Amino acid sequence: MRLNKLDWLWMPLLVMVGVVLVWSLSSATWAPRLPTPTKTLQDSRLYILEPFAKRGEQDQGILRFTWYSLVLVAKGYVIAILVGTPLGFLLGMSKLFSKGFDPLIQILRPVSPLAWLPLGLILFGRLESAALFTIAICSMWPTVLNTAMGVRAIPQDYLNVGRVLRLSRWDMLGKIMIPAALPYMFTGYRLSLGLAWLVIVAAEMLTGAPGVGGFLWQEYNSDIPAHIILCILTIGLVGFVLDRLMSVVENRLRAA
Amino acid sequence: MPQEDTVDEHLLIMRGVSKGFVQGGRRIEVLADLNLTIHTGELVAIVGSSGSGKSTLVSLIAGLQTPDSGTIEFAAKPVSGPGPERGVVFQNYSLLPWLSVTDNIALAVNSVFPQWSTAERQEYVHKFIQMVNLSHAAHKRPSELSGGMRQRVSLARTLAIKPRLLLLDEPLSALDALTRAVLQQEIARICADEKITGLLITNDIDEALLLADRVIPLTAGPKATLGPSFVVDLPRPRDASVLFHTPEFRELRTKVMTHLLEMRHSTHASAKPARPLPSVIPVHERWRPVPKEAVSDQPSDVKFFAPKG
Repeated sequence: MRLNKLDWLWMPLLVMVGVVLVWSLSSATWAPRLPTPTKTLQDSRLYILEPFAKRGEQDQGILRFTWYSLVLVAKGYVIAILVGTPLGFLLGMSKLFSKGFDPLIQILRPVSPLAWLPLGLILFGRLESAALFTIAICSMWPTVLNTAMGVRAIPQDYLNVGRVLRLSRWDMLGKIMIPAALPYMFTGYRLSLGLAWLVIVAAEMLTGAPGVGGFLWQEYNSDIPAHIILCILTIGLVGFVLDRLMSVVENRLRAA
Repeated sequence: MPQEDTVDEHLLIMRGVSKGFVQGGRRIEVLADLNLTIHTGELVAIVGSSGSGKSTLVSLIAGLQTPDSGTIEFAAKPVSGPGPERGVVFQNYSLLPWLSVTDNIALAVNSVFPQWSTAERQEYVHKFIQMVNLSHAAHKRPSELSGGMRQRVSLARTLAIKPRLLLLDEPLSALDALTRAVLQQEIARICADEKITGLLITNDIDEALLLADRVIPLTAGPKATLGPSFVVDLPRPRDASVLFHTPEFRELRTKVMTHLLEMRHSTHASAKPARPLPSVIPVHERWRPVPKEAVSDQPSDVKFFAPKG
Protein backbone atom coordinates (compact mmCIF):
# COMPACT_ATOMS: atom_id res chain seq x y z
CA MET A 1 0.00 0.00 0.00
CA ARG A 2 1.25 3.46 -0.82
CA LEU A 3 1.98 5.70 2.10
CA ASN A 4 0.54 9.15 2.33
CA LYS A 5 1.79 12.11 4.34
CA LEU A 6 -1.52 12.41 6.15
CA ASP A 7 -1.67 8.71 7.09
CA TRP A 8 -1.16 9.60 10.72
CA LEU A 9 -4.41 11.58 10.64
CA TRP A 10 -6.86 9.71 8.50
CA MET A 11 -5.89 6.14 9.38
CA PRO A 12 -6.74 6.56 13.09
CA LEU A 13 -9.91 8.40 12.09
CA LEU A 14 -10.89 5.53 9.81
CA VAL A 15 -10.34 3.01 12.61
CA MET A 16 -12.42 5.12 15.01
CA VAL A 17 -15.28 5.41 12.55
CA GLY A 18 -15.11 1.64 12.17
CA VAL A 19 -15.29 1.14 15.93
CA VAL A 20 -18.29 3.49 16.23
CA LEU A 21 -20.02 1.55 13.44
CA VAL A 22 -19.46 -1.79 15.15
CA TRP A 23 -20.62 -0.22 18.42
CA SER A 24 -23.84 1.10 16.81
CA LEU A 25 -24.53 -2.20 15.11
CA SER A 26 -23.93 -4.10 18.35
CA SER A 27 -26.32 -1.98 20.37
CA ALA A 28 -28.92 -2.34 17.60
CA THR A 29 -28.60 -6.12 17.40
CA TRP A 30 -27.07 -8.47 19.96
CA ALA A 31 -26.39 -6.07 22.88
CA PRO A 32 -29.63 -4.17 23.51
CA ARG A 33 -28.42 -2.86 26.91
CA LEU A 34 -25.45 -1.15 25.28
CA PRO A 35 -26.40 2.49 24.59
CA THR A 36 -25.80 3.78 21.09
CA PRO A 37 -22.98 6.29 20.55
CA THR A 38 -25.46 9.19 20.32
CA LYS A 39 -27.28 8.09 23.46
CA THR A 40 -23.91 7.84 25.26
CA LEU A 41 -23.03 11.35 24.22
CA GLN A 42 -26.43 12.72 25.25
CA ASP A 43 -26.33 11.07 28.68
CA SER A 44 -22.75 12.22 29.25
CA ARG A 45 -23.22 15.81 28.11
CA LEU A 46 -23.66 17.26 31.57
CA TYR A 47 -20.51 15.55 32.85
CA ILE A 48 -18.39 16.65 29.91
CA LEU A 49 -19.72 20.20 29.53
CA GLU A 50 -19.41 20.92 33.23
CA PRO A 51 -16.29 18.87 33.92
CA PHE A 52 -15.52 20.43 37.30
CA ALA A 53 -19.07 20.70 38.68
CA LYS A 54 -19.85 19.26 42.08
CA ARG A 55 -23.52 18.48 42.50
CA GLY A 56 -23.08 15.86 45.18
CA GLU A 57 -20.55 13.42 46.57
CA GLN A 58 -21.14 10.88 43.81
CA ASP A 59 -22.37 13.30 41.15
CA GLN A 60 -19.50 15.43 39.90
CA GLY A 61 -17.99 16.52 36.59
CA ILE A 62 -15.79 13.92 34.90
CA LEU A 63 -12.57 15.93 35.19
CA ARG A 64 -13.24 16.53 38.89
CA PHE A 65 -13.46 12.78 39.38
CA THR A 66 -10.34 12.37 37.27
CA TRP A 67 -8.55 14.84 39.50
CA TYR A 68 -9.45 12.83 42.64
CA SER A 69 -8.14 9.71 40.97
CA LEU A 70 -4.95 11.42 39.83
CA VAL A 71 -4.23 12.66 43.36
CA LEU A 72 -4.65 9.15 44.75
CA VAL A 73 -2.49 7.70 41.96
CA ALA A 74 0.18 10.32 42.54
CA LYS A 75 0.41 9.42 46.22
CA GLY A 76 0.65 5.70 45.55
CA TYR A 77 3.07 6.25 42.70
CA VAL A 78 5.40 8.37 44.83
CA ILE A 79 5.48 5.60 47.43
CA ALA A 80 6.21 3.07 44.67
CA ILE A 81 9.12 5.14 43.37
CA LEU A 82 10.52 5.90 46.81
CA VAL A 83 10.52 2.23 47.71
CA GLY A 84 11.22 0.80 44.27
CA THR A 85 14.25 2.88 43.27
CA PRO A 86 16.48 2.04 46.24
CA LEU A 87 15.36 -1.57 46.04
CA GLY A 88 16.34 -1.58 42.37
CA PHE A 89 19.74 -0.11 43.21
CA LEU A 90 20.36 -2.79 45.83
CA LEU A 91 19.35 -5.50 43.36
CA GLY A 92 21.57 -4.01 40.67
CA MET A 93 24.62 -3.52 42.86
CA SER A 94 24.67 -6.75 44.83
CA LYS A 95 24.59 -10.14 43.20
CA LEU A 96 23.86 -11.73 46.56
CA PHE A 97 20.93 -9.42 47.22
CA SER A 98 19.69 -10.06 43.72
CA LYS A 99 19.84 -13.83 44.20
CA GLY A 100 17.91 -13.54 47.44
CA PHE A 101 15.17 -11.21 46.29
CA ASP A 102 14.66 -12.20 42.68
CA PRO A 103 12.38 -15.21 43.33
CA LEU A 104 10.28 -13.19 45.77
CA ILE A 105 9.82 -10.41 43.23
CA GLN A 106 8.92 -12.86 40.50
CA ILE A 107 6.26 -14.33 42.79
CA LEU A 108 4.78 -11.04 43.98
CA ARG A 109 4.85 -9.30 40.60
CA PRO A 110 1.95 -11.13 38.93
CA VAL A 111 -0.41 -10.76 41.91
CA SER A 112 -3.53 -8.80 40.94
CA PRO A 113 -4.54 -5.56 42.68
CA LEU A 114 -7.80 -7.26 43.58
CA ALA A 115 -5.79 -9.65 45.72
CA TRP A 116 -3.66 -6.99 47.41
CA LEU A 117 -6.52 -4.72 48.44
CA PRO A 118 -8.05 -6.99 51.10
CA LEU A 119 -4.60 -7.50 52.57
CA GLY A 120 -4.14 -3.72 52.62
CA LEU A 121 -7.44 -3.36 54.47
CA ILE A 122 -6.33 -5.89 57.05
CA LEU A 123 -2.94 -4.23 57.45
CA PHE A 124 -3.99 -0.58 57.54
CA GLY A 125 -7.69 -0.54 58.28
CA ARG A 126 -8.36 2.71 56.48
CA LEU A 127 -9.70 2.58 52.93
CA GLU A 128 -7.37 5.18 51.50
CA SER A 129 -4.27 3.57 53.04
CA ALA A 130 -5.31 0.23 51.64
CA ALA A 131 -5.77 1.79 48.19
CA LEU A 132 -2.35 3.46 48.39
CA PHE A 133 -0.77 0.19 49.51
CA THR A 134 -2.33 -1.59 46.56
CA ILE A 135 -1.29 1.04 44.02
CA ALA A 136 2.25 1.17 45.38
CA ILE A 137 2.85 -2.55 45.56
CA CYS A 138 1.36 -3.24 42.13
CA SER A 139 3.09 -0.43 40.28
CA MET A 140 6.49 -0.77 41.95
CA TRP A 141 7.89 -3.70 39.97
CA PRO A 142 8.80 -2.05 36.65
CA THR A 143 10.71 0.60 38.63
CA VAL A 144 12.52 -2.05 40.66
CA LEU A 145 13.44 -4.22 37.67
CA ASN A 146 14.42 -1.41 35.29
CA THR A 147 16.49 0.37 37.91
CA ALA A 148 18.29 -2.86 38.67
CA MET A 149 18.91 -3.39 34.96
CA GLY A 150 20.14 0.18 34.59
CA VAL A 151 22.56 -0.19 37.48
CA ARG A 152 23.91 -3.45 36.07
CA ALA A 153 24.37 -1.74 32.69
CA ILE A 154 26.58 1.07 34.03
CA PRO A 155 29.83 0.80 32.04
CA GLN A 156 32.78 -0.31 34.14
CA ASP A 157 34.71 2.61 32.64
CA TYR A 158 32.49 5.17 34.35
CA LEU A 159 32.99 3.41 37.66
CA ASN A 160 36.74 3.29 37.05
CA VAL A 161 36.75 7.05 36.51
CA GLY A 162 35.12 7.42 39.91
CA ARG A 163 37.53 4.99 41.51
CA VAL A 164 40.60 6.78 40.16
CA LEU A 165 39.18 10.05 41.55
CA ARG A 166 38.52 8.26 44.86
CA LEU A 167 34.95 9.53 44.95
CA SER A 168 33.14 8.97 48.21
CA ARG A 169 30.35 6.38 48.31
CA TRP A 170 27.70 9.09 48.01
CA ASP A 171 29.45 10.97 45.22
CA MET A 172 29.86 7.71 43.34
CA LEU A 173 26.12 7.16 43.68
CA GLY A 174 25.00 10.71 42.99
CA LYS A 175 27.50 11.78 40.37
CA ILE A 176 28.08 8.58 38.43
CA MET A 177 25.67 5.75 39.15
CA ILE A 178 22.34 7.61 39.26
CA PRO A 179 22.98 9.73 36.15
CA ALA A 180 24.25 6.67 34.28
CA ALA A 181 21.20 4.58 35.22
CA LEU A 182 18.67 7.41 34.84
CA PRO A 183 17.38 6.54 31.36
CA TYR A 184 16.58 3.00 32.53
CA MET A 185 15.07 4.31 35.74
CA PHE A 186 12.74 6.56 33.76
CA THR A 187 11.59 3.70 31.58
CA GLY A 188 10.67 2.00 34.83
CA TYR A 189 8.92 5.13 36.10
CA ARG A 190 6.88 5.39 32.91
CA LEU A 191 5.76 1.76 33.06
CA SER A 192 5.02 2.11 36.77
CA LEU A 193 2.84 5.14 36.19
CA GLY A 194 0.86 3.19 33.60
CA LEU A 195 0.34 0.38 36.11
CA ALA A 196 -0.59 2.78 38.92
CA TRP A 197 -3.30 4.25 36.71
CA LEU A 198 -4.49 0.77 35.84
CA VAL A 199 -4.76 -0.16 39.50
CA ILE A 200 -6.61 2.98 40.58
CA VAL A 201 -9.87 1.85 39.00
CA ALA A 202 -9.79 -1.50 40.73
CA ALA A 203 -8.90 0.18 44.02
CA GLU A 204 -11.66 2.78 43.73
CA MET A 205 -14.24 0.23 42.67
CA LEU A 206 -13.55 -1.78 45.79
CA THR A 207 -13.19 1.09 48.23
CA GLY A 208 -15.96 3.25 46.74
CA ALA A 209 -13.74 6.31 46.95
CA PRO A 210 -14.88 9.22 44.73
CA GLY A 211 -12.99 9.18 41.43
CA VAL A 212 -13.37 7.84 37.91
CA GLY A 213 -13.24 4.24 39.07
CA GLY A 214 -15.67 4.80 41.89
CA PHE A 215 -18.01 6.69 39.59
CA LEU A 216 -17.87 3.87 37.05
CA TRP A 217 -18.87 1.26 39.61
CA GLN A 218 -21.62 3.46 41.05
CA GLU A 219 -23.10 4.12 37.61
CA TYR A 220 -23.05 0.39 36.92
CA ASN A 221 -25.03 -0.13 40.11
CA SER A 222 -27.41 2.70 39.13
CA ASP A 223 -27.77 1.10 35.68
CA ILE A 224 -26.56 4.09 33.64
CA PRO A 225 -24.41 2.29 31.06
CA ALA A 226 -23.60 5.47 29.10
CA HIS A 227 -21.54 6.70 32.04
CA ILE A 228 -19.57 3.47 32.16
CA ILE A 229 -18.47 4.13 28.59
CA LEU A 230 -17.70 7.73 29.46
CA CYS A 231 -15.49 6.53 32.31
CA ILE A 232 -13.70 3.98 30.18
CA LEU A 233 -12.90 6.58 27.54
CA THR A 234 -11.71 9.05 30.19
CA ILE A 235 -9.48 6.46 31.85
CA GLY A 236 -8.00 5.52 28.51
CA LEU A 237 -7.35 9.09 27.45
CA VAL A 238 -5.79 10.07 30.77
CA GLY A 239 -3.58 6.99 30.71
CA PHE A 240 -2.50 7.84 27.18
CA VAL A 241 -1.66 11.43 28.11
CA LEU A 242 0.31 10.34 31.18
CA ASP A 243 2.33 7.90 29.10
CA ARG A 244 3.08 10.55 26.46
CA LEU A 245 4.22 13.03 29.09
CA MET A 246 6.53 10.49 30.67
CA SER A 247 8.00 9.41 27.37
CA VAL A 248 8.77 13.04 26.51
CA VAL A 249 10.83 13.25 29.72
CA GLU A 250 12.36 9.85 29.01
CA ASN A 251 13.43 10.81 25.50
CA ARG A 252 15.00 14.02 26.72
CA LEU A 253 17.03 11.98 29.20
CA ARG A 254 18.12 9.53 26.53
CA ALA A 255 19.19 12.32 24.23
CA ALA A 256 21.27 13.88 26.98
CA MET B 1 48.19 25.02 43.53
CA PRO B 2 49.64 21.63 44.52
CA GLN B 3 53.16 21.54 45.87
CA GLU B 4 56.01 20.33 43.74
CA ASP B 5 56.58 16.62 43.99
CA THR B 6 59.34 15.49 46.23
CA VAL B 7 61.81 13.83 43.95
CA ASP B 8 61.59 10.07 43.94
CA GLU B 9 64.27 8.58 41.80
CA HIS B 10 62.15 5.45 41.36
CA LEU B 11 58.55 6.57 41.19
CA LEU B 12 57.17 3.19 40.17
CA ILE B 13 58.73 -0.21 40.72
CA MET B 14 57.10 -3.43 39.52
CA ARG B 15 58.76 -6.68 40.53
CA GLY B 16 57.82 -10.10 39.16
CA VAL B 17 54.23 -9.10 38.47
CA SER B 18 51.91 -11.75 37.01
CA LYS B 19 48.23 -11.60 36.24
CA GLY B 20 45.82 -14.11 34.76
CA PHE B 21 42.11 -14.57 34.23
CA VAL B 22 39.78 -17.49 34.22
CA GLN B 23 37.83 -17.59 31.03
CA GLY B 24 35.45 -20.38 30.13
CA GLY B 25 36.88 -22.60 32.87
CA ARG B 26 40.41 -22.16 31.51
CA ARG B 27 43.03 -20.02 33.14
CA ILE B 28 44.81 -17.62 30.84
CA GLU B 29 48.07 -16.07 32.00
CA VAL B 30 48.06 -12.57 30.54
CA LEU B 31 51.19 -11.10 32.08
CA ALA B 32 54.05 -13.13 33.49
CA ASP B 33 57.02 -12.04 35.59
CA LEU B 34 56.95 -8.42 34.64
CA ASN B 35 59.61 -6.02 35.91
CA LEU B 36 59.46 -2.28 35.33
CA THR B 37 60.92 0.83 36.91
CA ILE B 38 59.86 4.36 36.06
CA HIS B 39 61.94 7.31 37.22
CA THR B 40 60.49 10.68 38.05
CA GLY B 41 60.39 12.96 35.03
CA GLU B 42 60.72 10.37 32.30
CA LEU B 43 58.16 9.24 29.75
CA VAL B 44 58.28 5.51 29.13
CA ALA B 45 56.49 3.92 26.20
CA ILE B 46 55.47 0.29 26.14
CA VAL B 47 54.93 -1.08 22.66
CA GLY B 48 53.06 -4.27 21.99
CA SER B 49 50.60 -5.74 19.58
CA SER B 50 46.91 -5.79 20.44
CA GLY B 51 45.86 -8.52 22.82
CA SER B 52 49.22 -8.64 24.52
CA GLY B 53 47.83 -7.46 27.85
CA LYS B 54 48.74 -3.79 27.63
CA SER B 55 45.51 -2.58 29.15
CA THR B 56 45.83 -5.12 31.96
CA LEU B 57 49.23 -3.64 32.72
CA VAL B 58 47.70 -0.16 33.01
CA SER B 59 44.88 -1.46 35.24
CA LEU B 60 47.45 -3.04 37.55
CA ILE B 61 49.50 0.13 37.88
CA ALA B 62 46.35 2.24 38.30
CA GLY B 63 45.27 -0.13 41.06
CA LEU B 64 42.00 -1.01 39.32
CA GLN B 65 43.14 -4.64 39.39
CA THR B 66 45.47 -6.45 41.74
CA PRO B 67 48.32 -8.67 40.55
CA ASP B 68 48.22 -12.42 41.27
CA SER B 69 51.86 -12.35 42.28
CA GLY B 70 54.67 -9.85 42.49
CA THR B 71 54.70 -6.35 43.93
CA ILE B 72 53.92 -2.89 42.61
CA GLU B 73 55.37 0.03 44.53
CA PHE B 74 54.45 3.61 43.83
CA ALA B 75 56.39 6.38 45.56
CA ALA B 76 57.90 3.79 47.90
CA LYS B 77 54.47 2.50 49.00
CA PRO B 78 52.73 -0.64 47.76
CA VAL B 79 49.80 0.11 45.46
CA SER B 80 46.61 -0.86 47.28
CA GLY B 81 43.96 0.65 45.05
CA PRO B 82 43.23 3.37 42.51
CA GLY B 83 43.94 7.02 43.28
CA PRO B 84 44.35 10.40 41.61
CA GLU B 85 48.15 10.32 41.96
CA ARG B 86 48.08 7.75 39.15
CA GLY B 87 45.82 9.37 36.55
CA VAL B 88 44.58 7.24 33.67
CA VAL B 89 43.69 8.43 30.18
CA PHE B 90 41.48 5.57 29.02
CA GLN B 91 41.53 4.21 25.49
CA ASN B 92 37.80 4.82 25.03
CA TYR B 93 37.90 8.28 26.64
CA SER B 94 35.44 7.27 29.42
CA LEU B 95 33.83 10.69 29.52
CA LEU B 96 30.54 10.92 31.35
CA PRO B 97 28.03 11.52 28.53
CA TRP B 98 25.59 13.55 30.65
CA LEU B 99 28.20 16.17 31.55
CA SER B 100 29.63 18.95 29.39
CA VAL B 101 33.34 19.23 28.70
CA THR B 102 33.69 21.72 31.55
CA ASP B 103 31.66 19.60 33.96
CA ASN B 104 33.57 16.44 33.13
CA ILE B 105 36.80 18.15 34.08
CA ALA B 106 35.19 19.97 37.01
CA LEU B 107 33.99 16.66 38.49
CA ALA B 108 37.61 15.51 38.65
CA VAL B 109 38.94 18.83 39.94
CA ASN B 110 36.22 19.24 42.58
CA SER B 111 36.81 15.79 43.99
CA VAL B 112 40.61 16.02 44.06
CA PHE B 113 40.98 19.65 45.22
CA PRO B 114 37.99 20.19 47.52
CA GLN B 115 39.96 22.67 49.62
CA TRP B 116 40.07 25.27 46.82
CA SER B 117 37.44 27.99 46.42
CA THR B 118 34.83 27.68 43.69
CA ALA B 119 36.38 30.54 41.72
CA GLU B 120 39.84 29.00 41.92
CA ARG B 121 38.54 25.70 40.66
CA GLN B 122 36.61 27.31 37.81
CA GLU B 123 39.67 29.17 36.64
CA TYR B 124 41.76 26.02 36.95
CA VAL B 125 39.30 23.96 34.89
CA HIS B 126 39.27 26.71 32.28
CA LYS B 127 43.06 26.66 32.11
CA PHE B 128 43.09 22.96 31.28
CA ILE B 129 40.38 23.29 28.64
CA GLN B 130 42.57 25.94 27.06
CA MET B 131 45.62 23.73 27.30
CA VAL B 132 44.01 21.16 25.00
CA ASN B 133 42.57 23.86 22.71
CA LEU B 134 38.90 23.17 23.46
CA SER B 135 37.71 26.55 24.75
CA HIS B 136 35.24 26.80 21.86
CA ALA B 137 33.62 23.50 22.88
CA ALA B 138 33.64 23.96 26.66
CA HIS B 139 29.85 23.69 26.97
CA LYS B 140 29.37 20.80 24.57
CA ARG B 141 28.51 17.27 25.57
CA PRO B 142 30.86 14.43 24.60
CA SER B 143 28.36 13.16 22.02
CA GLU B 144 28.76 16.42 20.12
CA LEU B 145 32.54 16.04 19.87
CA SER B 146 34.77 14.13 17.47
CA GLY B 147 36.95 11.28 18.73
CA GLY B 148 40.01 13.49 18.79
CA MET B 149 38.22 16.18 20.78
CA ARG B 150 36.91 13.61 23.25
CA GLN B 151 40.40 12.32 23.84
CA ARG B 152 41.57 15.89 24.43
CA VAL B 153 38.91 16.27 27.11
CA SER B 154 39.95 12.99 28.67
CA LEU B 155 43.57 14.11 28.63
CA ALA B 156 42.68 17.48 30.18
CA ARG B 157 40.59 15.78 32.85
CA THR B 158 43.46 13.53 33.84
CA LEU B 159 46.11 16.25 33.68
CA ALA B 160 43.92 18.50 35.81
CA ILE B 161 44.14 16.19 38.81
CA LYS B 162 47.92 16.65 38.75
CA PRO B 163 48.84 12.96 38.75
CA ARG B 164 52.39 12.14 39.72
CA LEU B 165 52.27 9.42 37.09
CA LEU B 166 50.22 9.85 33.93
CA LEU B 167 49.04 6.54 32.49
CA LEU B 168 48.14 6.79 28.82
CA ASP B 169 46.35 3.58 27.77
CA GLU B 170 46.50 3.57 23.96
CA PRO B 171 45.04 7.07 23.99
CA LEU B 172 45.23 7.59 20.24
CA SER B 173 44.60 4.14 18.80
CA ALA B 174 40.94 4.83 18.02
CA LEU B 175 41.71 8.00 16.05
CA ASP B 176 42.42 8.60 12.37
CA ALA B 177 46.02 9.11 11.29
CA LEU B 178 45.84 12.88 10.91
CA THR B 179 44.11 13.50 14.26
CA ARG B 180 46.59 11.13 15.84
CA ALA B 181 49.56 13.07 14.46
CA VAL B 182 48.14 16.36 15.73
CA LEU B 183 47.44 14.94 19.19
CA GLN B 184 50.89 13.35 19.36
CA GLN B 185 52.40 16.79 18.93
CA GLU B 186 50.11 18.20 21.62
CA ILE B 187 50.91 15.43 24.06
CA ALA B 188 54.62 15.98 23.40
CA ARG B 189 54.22 19.72 24.04
CA ILE B 190 52.15 19.27 27.22
CA CYS B 191 54.46 16.60 28.62
CA ALA B 192 57.45 18.85 28.08
CA ASP B 193 55.74 21.97 29.48
CA GLU B 194 54.32 20.23 32.53
CA LYS B 195 57.38 18.00 33.16
CA ILE B 196 55.18 14.96 33.23
CA THR B 197 56.22 11.52 34.38
CA GLY B 198 54.27 9.19 32.18
CA LEU B 199 53.72 5.70 30.92
CA LEU B 200 52.44 5.52 27.36
CA ILE B 201 50.96 2.25 26.16
CA THR B 202 50.77 2.01 22.39
CA ASN B 203 50.87 -0.33 19.43
CA ASP B 204 52.62 2.26 17.27
CA ILE B 205 56.44 2.22 17.33
CA ASP B 206 56.67 5.63 15.64
CA GLU B 207 54.41 7.14 18.28
CA ALA B 208 56.50 5.59 21.04
CA LEU B 209 59.76 6.90 19.58
CA LEU B 210 58.25 10.32 18.97
CA LEU B 211 57.05 10.82 22.52
CA ALA B 212 59.10 8.69 24.88
CA ASP B 213 62.47 8.83 26.56
CA ARG B 214 62.55 5.08 26.74
CA VAL B 215 60.75 2.41 24.73
CA ILE B 216 60.11 -1.07 26.08
CA PRO B 217 58.64 -3.82 23.92
CA LEU B 218 55.98 -6.10 25.39
CA THR B 219 55.89 -9.62 23.97
CA ALA B 220 52.72 -10.97 22.48
CA GLY B 221 50.49 -12.67 25.07
CA PRO B 222 49.64 -14.98 26.65
CA LYS B 223 52.36 -14.80 29.29
CA ALA B 224 53.46 -11.44 27.96
CA THR B 225 56.52 -9.91 29.52
CA LEU B 226 58.67 -6.85 28.98
CA GLY B 227 61.83 -6.82 26.87
CA PRO B 228 64.90 -4.65 27.42
CA SER B 229 64.41 -0.89 27.28
CA PHE B 230 65.66 1.15 24.35
CA VAL B 231 66.74 4.65 25.31
CA VAL B 232 65.46 7.23 22.85
CA ASP B 233 68.10 9.96 22.91
CA LEU B 234 66.68 11.90 19.98
CA PRO B 235 66.73 15.68 20.50
CA ARG B 236 63.53 17.49 21.51
CA PRO B 237 61.28 19.00 20.37
CA ARG B 238 60.81 16.18 17.91
CA ASP B 239 59.13 17.05 14.66
CA ALA B 240 57.58 13.95 13.14
CA SER B 241 58.08 15.03 9.54
CA VAL B 242 61.82 15.59 10.06
CA LEU B 243 62.44 12.90 12.64
CA PHE B 244 61.08 10.01 10.61
CA HIS B 245 63.77 10.57 7.97
CA THR B 246 66.78 10.75 10.26
CA PRO B 247 69.11 7.72 10.35
CA GLU B 248 69.10 7.70 14.19
CA PHE B 249 65.34 7.30 14.23
CA ARG B 250 65.39 4.60 11.59
CA GLU B 251 68.08 2.68 13.39
CA LEU B 252 66.14 2.77 16.69
CA ARG B 253 62.92 1.84 14.96
CA THR B 254 64.59 -1.16 13.31
CA LYS B 255 66.04 -2.29 16.64
CA VAL B 256 62.73 -2.14 18.47
CA MET B 257 60.86 -3.75 15.59
CA THR B 258 63.43 -6.52 15.29
CA HIS B 259 63.18 -7.18 18.98
CA LEU B 260 59.38 -7.32 18.88
CA LEU B 261 59.53 -9.76 15.98
CA GLU B 262 62.19 -11.91 17.62
CA MET B 263 60.24 -12.12 20.86
CA ARG B 264 57.23 -13.07 18.82
CA HIS B 265 59.13 -15.94 17.22
CA SER B 266 60.44 -17.20 20.51
CA THR B 267 57.01 -17.19 22.18
CA HIS B 268 55.44 -18.92 19.23
CA ALA B 269 58.25 -21.39 18.66
CA SER B 270 56.11 -24.22 19.93
CA ALA B 271 53.15 -23.25 17.82
CA LYS B 272 52.10 -25.31 14.84
CA PRO B 273 53.74 -24.31 11.56
CA ALA B 274 51.55 -22.09 9.42
CA ARG B 275 49.27 -24.13 7.23
CA PRO B 276 49.94 -23.47 3.54
CA LEU B 277 46.94 -22.19 1.62
CA PRO B 278 45.63 -24.56 -1.04
CA SER B 279 46.73 -23.56 -4.49
CA VAL B 280 43.68 -22.45 -6.36
CA ILE B 281 43.27 -22.51 -10.10
CA PRO B 282 40.34 -20.70 -11.68
CA VAL B 283 38.55 -22.75 -14.32
CA HIS B 284 36.50 -20.96 -16.97
CA GLU B 285 33.59 -22.83 -18.38
CA ARG B 286 33.45 -22.94 -22.13
CA TRP B 287 31.52 -20.10 -23.62
CA ARG B 288 28.10 -21.03 -24.90
CA PRO B 289 25.24 -18.90 -26.11
CA VAL B 290 23.05 -17.78 -23.22
CA PRO B 291 19.32 -17.07 -23.59
CA LYS B 292 18.77 -13.35 -23.41
CA GLU B 293 16.59 -13.29 -20.28
CA ALA B 294 19.23 -15.21 -18.31
CA VAL B 295 21.81 -12.47 -18.80
CA SER B 296 22.45 -10.62 -15.61
CA ASP B 297 25.10 -8.24 -14.44
CA GLN B 298 26.70 -10.98 -12.40
CA PRO B 299 30.26 -11.75 -13.46
CA SER B 300 30.58 -14.62 -15.89
CA ASP B 301 30.70 -18.09 -14.44
CA VAL B 302 34.02 -18.64 -12.80
CA LYS B 303 34.52 -21.72 -10.72
CA PHE B 304 37.35 -22.51 -8.39
CA PHE B 305 38.59 -25.84 -7.31
CA ALA B 306 41.40 -26.90 -5.08
CA PRO B 307 43.46 -29.82 -6.37
CA LYS B 308 43.64 -32.69 -3.90
CA GLY B 309 46.75 -33.06 -1.81
